[in-house]
Amino acid sequence: MGDIDIIFRIAGIGIILAALHTILKYAGKEEYANWVTVAGVVVILFWIVNFLGEFFTEVRSVFNLF
Amino acid sequence: MEIMQIIGIALITTILAGVVKFGNKEIGVLISLAAGLIIFGMMLGHISAIFQVLRDLANQANISMIYLGTILKIVGIAYIADFGAQICRDAGEGALATKVEFAAKILVLVLAVPIIVAVLQALLKIIPV
Repeated sequence: MGDIDIIFRIAGIGIILAALHTILKYAGKEEYANWVTVAGVVVILFWIVNFLGEFFTEVRSVFNLF
Repeated sequence: MEIMQIIGIALITTILAGVVKFGNKEIGVLISLAAGLIIFGMMLGHISAIFQVLRDLANQANISMIYLGTILKIVGIAYIADFGAQICRDAGEGALATKVEFAAKILVLVLAVPIIVAVLQALLKIIPV
């Protein structure tokens, strides 16, 4: 049941990224803003892939889909 | 009740996805994928319990395990394919979703062919050709 914090973590990072993007844009550093967003999305993707791998092994054991 | 938790997770995720989509679209898709995984993960326990009951019934009725195993595989493929296809469709990739469903249909057919052959052979034995 402790999985719910993954959603909050992702949402938190998403909001921080959006804020950072606008801040950096107004500070005139447009390219940094884009790179920061890409980096954030990659970090979240990394978590999701781990979560997906764990989930697929679970499903494989339940449906014995080998 | 578990249904309350599921609805709670779903509502929270919808709102958070809306907020995050304002920043950039991709994280919205990632959040709905994570929520889908959590809800599906919560239901896996019940699904395996149901399948255990089915296996016991099959053993008592001494149905051969091959058929039940194939049915379980087909149900598994259907679930996962539908899950993936819906996520793709949410993200706006309708074409990808149809490809996933198409692949799932082929895989199910591949699994079903041995059973069809077995049934036909059984029929041929009965009907004196």
